[in-house]
Amino acid sequence: MFRARVHVTLRPSILDPQGKAVQHAVTALGIAGVQDVRMGKYIELTIDAADAAAARTATEGMCRKLLANPVMEDFHIEVENL
Amino acid sequence: MPGERLSFGIVVFPGSNCDHDAYHVCRHILGQDAQFLWHKDADLKGVDVVILPGGFSYGDYLRCGAIARFSPVMGEVIRFAREGGPVLGICNGFQVLLEAGLLPGVLLRNASLKFVCRTVHLRVENTTTLFTSRYRPGEVVAIPIAHGDGNYFAEPETLADLEQRNRVVFRYCDEEGRSTPGANPNGSAANIAGIINAEGNVMGMMPHPERASDPLLRHTDGQRVFLSMLDAILSRSTGHSPITAQGGRSERHG
Repeated sequence: MFRARVHVTLRPSILDPQGKAVQHAVTALGIAGVQDVRMGKYIELTIDAADAAAARTATEGMCRKLLANPVMEDFHIEVENL
Repeated sequence: MPGERLSFGIVVFPGSNCDHDAYHVCRHILGQDAQFLWHKDADLKGVDVVILPGGFSYGDYLRCGAIARFSPVMGEVIRFAREGGPVLGICNGFQVLLEAGLLPGVLLRNASLKFVCRTVHLRVENTTTLFTSRYRPGEVVAIPIAHGDGNYFAEPETLADLEQRNRVVFRYCDEEGRSTPGANPNGSAANIAGIINAEGNVMGMMPHPERASDPLLRHTDGQRVFLSMLDAILSRSTGHSPITAQGGRSERHG
């Protein structure tokens, strides 16, 4: 069994009003130095696969097809042996 | 042949909430045939037009329209669209069309982060389409919007292609028809409210024409989206003169 951890983030060229709102809230709390906030999604998958490479390939396929929209999002995958 | 009617198919996903409004307009205002198409049935029941209605399909989980796009009925809708069948996506239906790759771009969260529900003005940019032939070029119409994710975004090349090929059908504007930033309710690129595919048979729009079609509700600027389809499709098959909308709910209120 493998655990795939997927981070889906907005592409750098996409404005993130939600991240901006959080950044403003952080500043309003009196916390200085936060230059930027970007919001994203975290998805955890438990996968039955032959090996880590197969689990990664399967996860990549899911990201391309469903979990991320390439027009606006990038994804990053980490695979861990359970 | 006089009396021939168009058959509208309205897709119902879990969370669709404008399906009955679309059905009401097609059936009771326009006097056409209409039926619901359940998302689990890979069957379009021989309809002439498919409408993907507004709502929150699958609770907007993951991304708006992302899960709906893979429902059984969508395989048939995609096939129907690729064969030239007319498909209209309204609000969440527009989001589904983008996720399905039938139209380019995405709809991001509104720039204001707020859900916006009000009547807006739109300029009709292209009146040569199947969906807009009843409008005058550059006409300003009032049609409601109701969405939290209607901020249209596409890559610069895509936007250039849409503009060059006259594929922007509706644009947000003020009462005088000026597409100013102030008249943009959600931050959409180039004030885009609705676009059409290159082949001209698939249109997606964030505003709700079905909510501005019943004379009882006083606003009827959206009705001509449906009447345009009737003109185009019925005249294509039968060559008879354009149909006019019925006065409303005469069958119920006498």
